[in-house]
Amino acid sequence: MTLYLPSHEYIKVDGNTGYIGISEFAAKQLGVVTYVDMPEEGDEVVAGEEFGAIESRKAASDLFSPVTGEVLEVNEELADDPTLINKDPMATWIIKVSIANPAELDRLLNEQAYADFCAEEGH
Amino acid sequence: MEPENVRKTCLHSRHVALGAHMSPFAGFDMPIEYAGLDTEHSAVRTSTGVFDVSHMGEVLIEGPEAEKFVNYIFSNDVTAIAPGQILYGMMLYDNGGTVDDLLVYKNSSTSYFLVINASNIAKDLDWILLHSKDFDVTVTDLCERYGELAVQGPESERILREVLGIEAKDLTFYTFRKIDMDGEEIIVSRTGYTGEDGFEIYASQDMTCRLWDKLMDAEVAPCGLGCRDTLRFEAGLPLYGDELTAEITPLESGLGMFVKLDKEQFLGRDALRKQKEEGVTKKVVGLELDFPGTARHGFEVLDMDGNTIGEITTGYNSLTLGKNLAMALIDARYSAQGTPLQVKIRRKTALAKVVKKRFYTPNYKK
Repeated sequence: MTLYLPSHEYIKVDGNTGYIGISEFAAKQLGVVTYVDMPEEGDEVVAGEEFGAIESRKAASDLFSPVTGEVLEVNEELADDPTLINKDPMATWIIKVSIANPAELDRLLNEQAYADFCAEEGH
Repeated sequence: MEPENVRKTCLHSRHVALGAHMSPFAGFDMPIEYAGLDTEHSAVRTSTGVFDVSHMGEVLIEGPEAEKFVNYIFSNDVTAIAPGQILYGMMLYDNGGTVDDLLVYKNSSTSYFLVINASNIAKDLDWILLHSKDFDVTVTDLCERYGELAVQGPESERILREVLGIEAKDLTFYTFRKIDMDGEEIIVSRTGYTGEDGFEIYASQDMTCRLWDKLMDAEVAPCGLGCRDTLRFEAGLPLYGDELTAEITPLESGLGMFVKLDKEQFLGRDALRKQKEEGVTKKVVGLELDFPGTARHGFEVLDMDGNTIGEITTGYNSLTLGKNLAMALIDARYSAQGTPLQVKIRRKTALAKVVKKRFYTPNYKK
């Protein structure tokens, strides 16, 4: 199951674990990614709060967490090659987190709702 | 919904049709990028690109005392140039802070054409009109009259000849010529804001659209304000609002060569003479970061003990140079090249060193 925030972060849910990244739409808007500012393993993330940032030459955007939990892993490959996000944003997660409160997932957008949201924002 | 006060250049519908990412800048809805910032940046460095810079302001100063007046409000010395030549410089407040930086085109000693920043049009016009009262001059606001295109890059002379029918081979850097284009007089100058050879063309809005269409038909890359900023940054050129403001003098910004302190009285002169004598206390410098994240405008610059000594004015991961660079306004005591400093990038602290702020050596046709 993949869910989204209106700020274009996704979370792929696998039981009590979530993989957080940015959507195709966001990656395209941002352009060539030059840097991902990531938290550290063991850091707490809070639903709706900023956990890092992603940069291109065009812009820097804060990254917001869809859920509350603990950072289990950060994607170290992004330190060497942040453009992996441009190549396949949905397969390139930024952080892996534990999901402390599954009820928070109910507040996120599903695929269809997110697609509608992007169509609206694209205009 | 767009706010109603956002202005559009004459090329606006063309940008939208090209699929540009549009965003408000200086009160205008402007193209930020078309094919992508990096692609456009490279096009200007290696071939040629065209920018819609119709948002820039134009003001004509005419009259028996035009030369005296322009020299009074302008930091550079227009008596030193001949008709057909252009000078870069600033208008200054009495305290030496910057009203705007601008280009002055000399038609004759009784006629000057000023090109000012879009973000400062209203302020500049007020400033110019206020001070023109004591001089025998007329001030004409031509902002609505002119569109402006910037054709920039190593191929631009050939593009002008082959695509626009403009022969500019003998036009040297910072000179201009008025030419007849289909019965209309347009202004062509060898100037720009990218660190490459290039031209700026001032023409009516209709003509600007026609010239733009010819360039598009010839597949010249349309370039947005995104790469305009990355290109000018690499060449160490200031942007008003970043490296020059009402609180930053040209001496502090390292632009002393455009301030002629020895010429007759001009606005801001006394303050700058004093500042030159006493030495500047803050200075715009270049920084090279040993860190992957970009130092953005407003980020804090620290000394090696962690004391705040200034802030970033502009920063980019330079595409041309492959380095992570920034310009910063810092305590002048730390401005020597090679000085190690730190930059606060959100929660992290990056190591940096002071370097020459002209990161990229421009390729002008002098």
